[in-house]
Amino acid sequence: MVKKFFERFYVGLIILFLYAPIIILILLSFNSSKSRAKWGGFTLRWYRELFKNESIMNALYTTLIIAVLSALIATIIGTAAAIAINSMKKTPRTIMIAITNIPMLNADIVTGISLMLLFVALKFTLGFTSVLISHITFNIPYVILSVMPKLKQLNPHTYEAALDLGATPLYAFFKVILPDIFPGVLTGFFLAFTMSLDDFVITHFTKGPQINTLSTKIYTEVRKGIKPEIYALSTLMFVTVLLLLIIINRKNDKNANKNTIISKI
Amino acid sequence: MKLRNVLKTRTPKSPVHKSASGPNMPKAKWLSFPYIVWMIGFIIIPLVVIFYYGLTTSDSTFTLNNIALVMDPINLKALKQALELSLVSTVICLLLAYPLAMILNKSKMNSNSFIVMIIILPMWMNFLLRTIAWQNILEKTGIINTILNFFKLPTVNIINTPAAIILGMVYNFLPFMVLPIYNVLIKIDQDVINAARDLGANGMQTFLKIILPLSLPGVISGITMVFVPSLTTFVISTILGGNKIVLIGNVIEQQFRVGNWHAGSGLSLVLMIFILISMAILSKYDKEGSSLW
Amino acid sequence: MKKIFTLTALLIFAVMLTGCSSKNEKKVYVYNWGEYIDPEVLDLFEEETGIKVVYDEFEQNEDMYPKIQSGAVNYDVVCPSDYMIQKMIENDLLYEINFDNVPNIKYIDPAYLKSAEAFDPGNKYSVPYCWGTVGILYNKTMVDEPVDSWSIIFDEKYAGNILMMDSVRDAFGIALKYLGYDLNSTNEAELEEAKALLQKQYPLVQAYVVDQVRDKMIGGEAAIGVIYSGEAIYTKRENPDLEYVVPKEGSNVWIDAWVIPKTSKNKEYAEAFINFMCKPEIALKNFEYITYSTPNMGARELIEDEEIKNSPIAFPPQEILDRCTAYKYLGEEVESLYIQKWNEVKGE
Repeated sequence: MVKKFFERFYVGLIILFLYAPIIILILLSFNSSKSRAKWGGFTLRWYRELFKNESIMNALYTTLIIAVLSALIATIIGTAAAIAINSMKKTPRTIMIAITNIPMLNADIVTGISLMLLFVALKFTLGFTSVLISHITFNIPYVILSVMPKLKQLNPHTYEAALDLGATPLYAFFKVILPDIFPGVLTGFFLAFTMSLDDFVITHFTKGPQINTLSTKIYTEVRKGIKPEIYALSTLMFVTVLLLLIIINRKNDKNANKNTIISKI
Repeated sequence: MKLRNVLKTRTPKSPVHKSASGPNMPKAKWLSFPYIVWMIGFIIIPLVVIFYYGLTTSDSTFTLNNIALVMDPINLKALKQALELSLVSTVICLLLAYPLAMILNKSKMNSNSFIVMIIILPMWMNFLLRTIAWQNILEKTGIINTILNFFKLPTVNIINTPAAIILGMVYNFLPFMVLPIYNVLIKIDQDVINAARDLGANGMQTFLKIILPLSLPGVISGITMVFVPSLTTFVISTILGGNKIVLIGNVIEQQFRVGNWHAGSGLSLVLMIFILISMAILSKYDKEGSSLW
Repeated sequence: MKKIFTLTALLIFAVMLTGCSSKNEKKVYVYNWGEYIDPEVLDLFEEETGIKVVYDEFEQNEDMYPKIQSGAVNYDVVCPSDYMIQKMIENDLLYEINFDNVPNIKYIDPAYLKSAEAFDPGNKYSVPYCWGTVGILYNKTMVDEPVDSWSIIFDEKYAGNILMMDSVRDAFGIALKYLGYDLNSTNEAELEEAKALLQKQYPLVQAYVVDQVRDKMIGGEAAIGVIYSGEAIYTKRENPDLEYVVPKEGSNVWIDAWVIPKTSKNKEYAEAFINFMCKPEIALKNFEYITYSTPNMGARELIEDEEIKNSPIAFPPQEILDRCTAYKYLGEEVESLYIQKWNEVKGE
């Protein structure tokens, strides 16, 4: 029992370690002083002002648009690529997989710099498009990664059977293959979405002046002190995700199905 | 930040059809066409460009000076410091994560996904903000010192020291150590452990001879996933190091900020050597156990 | 499943719509210091002129310069400091301003235009925006001796309680002044001496900061910080224990001014923006928001709070200004010497 107590205690400590900064940030969102270093009393002011703050709302909008678009495009390109890679012979397949691993294992700073150098060399103005392209680039591997296992589980004979029964390859793809790999595609999409939402370093190097994502916006504010509205926004986002996950988890627990999006991530 | 890493040790739970690698679709190769173009354009060529910048001067003549910059005492110190701090962080992450993963694995509650959720949920708050929050905790007038003061204990000075940076690294990358190890542990067949016990092995022996070797692939992926981002970070050292501690990531970022692209690229190439070594180690273990795919 | 597809399709459609509508818009690209303008002013400008402001920020002159030089972004208006403007003029990076489009220049105090001639002879390229001094901000509860000299930031008594300026010219300027040299020194022996002093200071410094000094001083994290005078009013307001002083050895007086880089594609918009910034009521709004001293006579007239209007921090008396010197651009070679020595200090 002592052992059990120690185990609980240990897990509790780690959870405290992981969540302490988050509690602080949530508290700061209710702090009426503009300075992070001073507690000025409780207020809900920042939650009201958040929606009036154009530059933060713009950053949120840009972040979401880039996340959705890059995840979507990466999902399409990545799913197609996964199917193709899956039907390749061993050598080309190994090469493809090796190259796909590069953006995942490489340091963010190197990926960001190399893309920026490319855009500048091509005289391509840094801005929305350059960030979008970069995000698609680091998102595709996640989609491939999520779809490949599903493809491996696929029974090869159903597709052939569909063809034998007179289906065109395209029809057979949509009716036979896609439904089976769809959970993988969906996981890939959400994963890519999260990656894009979370990225700072690569965006930092490939963005132009006219756009800011939430991450880059926060980084410019680190020096002069973060605007309290940012704390309010992050609190809202965090609580939203928390609630969503609890709901999904409840639902899945009821269905006795542990395959939530989370366990996949 | 690098939620991506969590995925790397995931393996399919359902059985794989060993006979074939999926359906045989002769025309499927065409589907890879957009991706191949994309790969060449935005993965291969950018790397070529960074090599080009790293190996030339501003008037396009070949040089090794940008790479040799790493031998400059200041840069060498930054690299050494980055290596030290990231190694220490990786070891601490491993020491914290392994017992945690074992406890989580043992608890075998019906809420595995809930545990995983608790560990990665903090990542949904922007990592820059979470790191800034550590300033509030560690500062001289921060939360830790306020508590110590309350109990009339001597205060600690952590902020703007290497310790603060290590803490920031451990905090940000700990989940990437926990999850791969946890993912490997849950797959270890309980029968194997029972068998060892039946044959008379005690707890320690079972751990050393069975669990540890079997979990090695997860440990190795965890190490890479913590080591590479720690080695190359410039954000954590900026926020928690008070600009007093300069890591190699800061040097590279600064070179690009002041417009020395050739020097910055040269130093990035040096950094890539370390990343490549980590990748090679990872891929060696990947073949054997938990794979990327 | 279908719902998800329709939803995403709708989203893409919405993006394309907003994407299209924003074309052919009048835009001016502004590149300014962090937190150096009242955001409302930008809205007012957009309302009045119909020109949309694309606003971006930098932390140090040295970060801004390569961006302009590389021409990667087509900025229309930039706000560098004196010595950097001189460098940009010398390297032919700036357009001459057409003052027919900037009639509000008449509100700028001629005294500042005169001091601006030091870096912009004939006032052809720049319009002063803010000015100030570099000084010491200290916490009265943590320092009980009178503060009037730079010596305190090199005093071992305050080890770990000092926030030093993380900017090459300011750090060396302070060291040179304290040693009794010209803060535009190009003498290598003097610079070496300054470097040695800064190296000796390194272990005493809690952190090297530029803008972060604000939060840290307000929170009582350090006893002493080197700060721009403009920040002093704000920090004092948040924490009344703080006091600002320009040391007796003298310091730097600086002017930040609007210039139009040659990357600009819409020079008239840039001039319209500069003209708008010179309006007294706008300059006042900015002054109240950022609390940096304004060279705008019209705006100073409009300040209602007598205490601020005559604040020795915002508008220091002549005897303080007499001991302050402006930075000059020292040429590529000396500049890189400064940077190298600074890296040696920080790479300790």
